[in-house]
Amino acid sequence: MKAIFILWLRELKRYVRSRAQIVASLGNPLLYLLVLGFGLGPVFKRAGNGDYFQFVTPGVIGMAVLFSSIFSGLGLLWDRQFGFLKETLVAPVPRLQIMIGRTLGGATVAVLQGLLICVVCVIAGFRPAHLATVPSALGFMVLIALLFAALGVAIGSGLQDMQGFQLIMNFLVMPIYFLSGALFPLTGLPRVLSYITKADPLSYGIDGMRNMLLGSSSFDPMLDFAVLAIVGAVLLVVGAWRFSKIEI
Amino acid sequence: MICVQNLVKTFGSFTAVNGISFEVAEGEIFAFLGPNGAGKTTTIKMLTTLLRPTGGSIVLDGLNPQFEQNEARKRFGIVFQDPSLDGDLTAWENMEIHGVLYHLPHRLRHHRMEELLRLFELWDRRNDQVKKFSGGMKRRLEIARGFLHTPRILFLDEPTLGLDPQSRNQLWTHVKKLNETERVTVFLTTHYMDEADRVAHRIGVIDHGKLAAQGTPAEIKQQTGATNLEDAFLALTGSTIRDEEANSADKMRQFARMWSGGRR
Repeated sequence: MKAIFILWLRELKRYVRSRAQIVASLGNPLLYLLVLGFGLGPVFKRAGNGDYFQFVTPGVIGMAVLFSSIFSGLGLLWDRQFGFLKETLVAPVPRLQIMIGRTLGGATVAVLQGLLICVVCVIAGFRPAHLATVPSALGFMVLIALLFAALGVAIGSGLQDMQGFQLIMNFLVMPIYFLSGALFPLTGLPRVLSYITKADPLSYGIDGMRNMLLGSSSFDPMLDFAVLAIVGAVLLVVGAWRFSKIEI
Repeated sequence: MICVQNLVKTFGSFTAVNGISFEVAEGEIFAFLGPNGAGKTTTIKMLTTLLRPTGGSIVLDGLNPQFEQNEARKRFGIVFQDPSLDGDLTAWENMEIHGVLYHLPHRLRHHRMEELLRLFELWDRRNDQVKKFSGGMKRRLEIARGFLHTPRILFLDEPTLGLDPQSRNQLWTHVKKLNETERVTVFLTTHYMDEADRVAHRIGVIDHGKLAAQGTPAEIKQQTGATNLEDAFLALTGSTIRDEEANSADKMRQFARMWSGGRR
């Protein structure tokens, strides 16, 4: 237990200390929020879909959480060659505890990053429809963070070089984001696209958050929760298994 | 303390370590020498539970690291070829995490951390982030950390690579001192023959995955009729340069150097 705690704490300390990195990682979501939020607003409204800024906010929060959590896992690539990870791999502690500490740490940082974006969104004019369901939105944020931190570990455990990292970035992380309904509603899509979006776990996370923050959604919130919980649990198991097999 | 018999490691069709056997006695400093790609790091990885041997047996302090992994891990400390400190954390925090991972009780841990940080002349900088340290200081901290859980064996994989002669000299002085006061067995690799000559009680020379020679520095020189260890080494391993193809770790190392501006 102590090992899990101290490794979790390590991730947190690193996050708090890297101010430049915090600011840098806010850049992308803010760009989406401000440029798309205000830029596409008029078109969206004319199409009869309401306020796009409100609509895109959960998507942008989801983006921050997705990127932060999946990168914490992919960071294994670096950490096991030049970082502290190698040191923990020879410590007399079960690999499972190390994986859990690291994944929880990465997920916690991702949630903090999401909350930071929340604050910025509120300052920029976002207003949740019901305050009572805001804590449930936080719950969805936690689920997204855990799921993708675990996915990151599952992939990062097997990554061999920086090229692999680029590939994952372009062919996995970006599609997960763009196909999740973060930026556009999932209703009335061409059939193929609609199947793909339904296979993307982030769709359910964003949908759940959007439901809790705005009261509008494409899926049932229980379905959102169930998909995230089950896929998240599976990925945690896969991540733990892959992590236990790391040889350096 | 370390007993290796017929150790083999193959990666696909490539045999990195090809049936080596040697013993290291308790309290001994054993230098494991060899050209690039000879199998040094692979051997260290197998000894330290990071790689599973393809064949042969290893006994560390009476334990089989393959089956009694956690018990074996408590008995050794290791300093890797590549840095393994967390640069965002302070020296103290790096030590603290190590102490917790090795289950040292609170008071003992802090007592030992202070003792080692003072010994390695890092006490005044204990609350500074490690990324602000020089290469020599980082190395010292890694070695201090390796000693934290009072291991019976310390593995040092090219610990002096990239350090200036002053730092190297100081580092070996510390290691020798702890070898004497705590009777720690030291297993090291290095490319600096003068270091091995000066520090090691015994030497093993590995080439192409096989042990080419082993014995005291004097014996090795005698065997080859050379006056210094460098000549003996060249006589044993030939003077052709080993051009290894860069593996993924090398590529990342290059990347790391690019980002850190050439410092380790």
